[in-house]
Amino acid sequence: MIQKLGKWIDDRLPVSHFWNAHLAKYYVPRNFNFWYYFGSILLAVFAIQIVTGIWLAMNYKPSAAEAFNSVEYIMRDVNWGWLIRYMHSTGASFFFIAVYLHMFRGLMYGSYKKPRELIWIFGVLILLTLMAEAFMGYLLPWGQMSFWGAQVIISLFGSIPYIGPDLALWIRGDYVVSDVTLNRFFALHVIALPLVLLFLIGGHIMALHEVGSNNPDGVEIKTNKDEHGKPVDGIPFHPYYTVKDLFGLGVFLFLFAAVIFYWPDGGGKFLEAPNFIPADPLKTPEHIAPVWYFAPHYAILRAIPDKFLGVVAMGSAIIILFFLPWLDRNAVKSIRYRSMAFKVLLFSFVVAFLGLGYLGTQPVTYWNTLFSRIFAFIYFGFFIALFLVSKFETAKPVPERVQ
Amino acid sequence: MIRATFIIIASMMLATAAQASEGYAIPLKHISVDLSNKAALYRGALTFQAQCATCHTAKYMRYGRVASDLDLSSDQAKALLPPKLKLGDEMVNFMPADYAKQVFGIEPPDLSLIARVRGADWLYTYLTSFYADPTKRWGVNNAIFPDVNMPDVFAAQQGVQEPVYTDVKMPDGSTEKRLSGLKPPVIAGSMPPAEFNTMVKDLVSYMVYMSEPAKIQRMAYGPYVLGFILLFTVLMFFLKKEYWRDIKQPES
Repeated sequence: MIQKLGKWIDDRLPVSHFWNAHLAKYYVPRNFNFWYYFGSILLAVFAIQIVTGIWLAMNYKPSAAEAFNSVEYIMRDVNWGWLIRYMHSTGASFFFIAVYLHMFRGLMYGSYKKPRELIWIFGVLILLTLMAEAFMGYLLPWGQMSFWGAQVIISLFGSIPYIGPDLALWIRGDYVVSDVTLNRFFALHVIALPLVLLFLIGGHIMALHEVGSNNPDGVEIKTNKDEHGKPVDGIPFHPYYTVKDLFGLGVFLFLFAAVIFYWPDGGGKFLEAPNFIPADPLKTPEHIAPVWYFAPHYAILRAIPDKFLGVVAMGSAIIILFFLPWLDRNAVKSIRYRSMAFKVLLFSFVVAFLGLGYLGTQPVTYWNTLFSRIFAFIYFGFFIALFLVSKFETAKPVPERVQ
Repeated sequence: MIRATFIIIASMMLATAAQASEGYAIPLKHISVDLSNKAALYRGALTFQAQCATCHTAKYMRYGRVASDLDLSSDQAKALLPPKLKLGDEMVNFMPADYAKQVFGIEPPDLSLIARVRGADWLYTYLTSFYADPTKRWGVNNAIFPDVNMPDVFAAQQGVQEPVYTDVKMPDGSTEKRLSGLKPPVIAGSMPPAEFNTMVKDLVSYMVYMSEPAKIQRMAYGPYVLGFILLFTVLMFFLKKEYWRDIKQPES
């Protein structure tokens, strides 16, 4: 009976075709390491954010008069509200931790190179959308940091010549961040941007499954097939990587739950102390710091003395990622077979990114600004140096098959 | 590589430790808050009702929630309730905002979340660091919150501490008196210092509880959730090992 029903559906909907194409007969390199867990982890975090978000929206009130109160109501009077809220707020930070590690993997193993340029571009678009999503979500609790963070970031658009002031006004819908802004950010945060994310993630995975995964050796497994047309170094995603990723997900969830239950404010990084004061448009906090995941970009902004040029630099820091597949002109993908020069460049890039991340949360001082400038120089220098180095780099010979 | 990742994550998270001392006249005193000591929390709640609740609200907190979280008997719960209020009510005060503004110059802030804003150490230090300063409206000032509008509500119990000033040389060559410490009160308070400190510590513990009542729950559920996930992860580890038995592992 159930088999019959299954066949009836399968004749009308490509269920088993989908299952085979993307899981049971989708061949993946057998040599994935630690860095390859984050893709499936990110999918899981996305699901957690959607589900907890739906339940939060059932009790949250998007109005300047009630938003802050409704969050405290969720924390105190809604059954399990505290857990749902902490899952969502911690989920936002873990989303970025996983995204940054996932991107670092791409940098290390050259996963952005031909034929995977489009996967990378989808990825950068996901990063941009995720940043907008997180930024708008951060306004919703309507605390001091929510309010003033949004005020500062939206005012950045105002520094664009000619259209700036009108653009900032158009984004806010008011002359300052207000009830109007909160209401529209809520709409964008819960409907528009999640839909865009869903579409982009779909594109990211479809593009990936079209060309197949890269791997730590950077060898194309599809060039080496057996008599049945299966890659010699490939194994079906299901069951091998489904069980492996479930293990990875378990480790991830353990860390995730540890933070939710024992460290939900992340030492003031995941939930900032001033955000427990309701938004007050008349009282500017002494030190406005962005949430940690925006800190590297914020540090680049502050490193430039001119506000508009700072905004340009901050935007370029992300836009430049789109060009990476063409900036890196070496055909060798994996860091394992690339020159010392590349390793040094990538290492400096990571140090600069972490350094900027730290400095972006700190108050402005002479040394802070100086180091921000040095790190910003290294950040952009990475892409320029990579363009030059990759042309003349002598890489090690890449093996025929995965090691 | 795995180690490198953990270092990356850890350094991202730990970038917070640097903001410890923020230039107060006296260093913050450290207390450890134990939310499982419900007797202490209840003593704190009584002190809060007696000393704070006249002027301050704690509008996100309900009396009934305190009663159930702290396992109070109905007599104990009634001792917390102001006249005419019920257990389901929120902790509002009876001082009209306009009147409060006239008396204090500002509306006394709501205290529901103050412990999450300031932290336990700050609150404890603040409440124990009032000192005599005749130039101020209430005759007192505070060592870590200069020119605060709040009177010293514990003057009777603690007595009023005396300030210690040090001369500080300014860049232009002049000297300026700066607060550098506090001396015991000339007229002792009604409580011995140790007893007074315990009372304030209980009060601050209660305020920490009040800022996040769910903390008691999450601490209680934490081990079970982590235990369950750990069990799942271990099972998945062996399941993965079993499935991967037939795959030649790449040497790396």
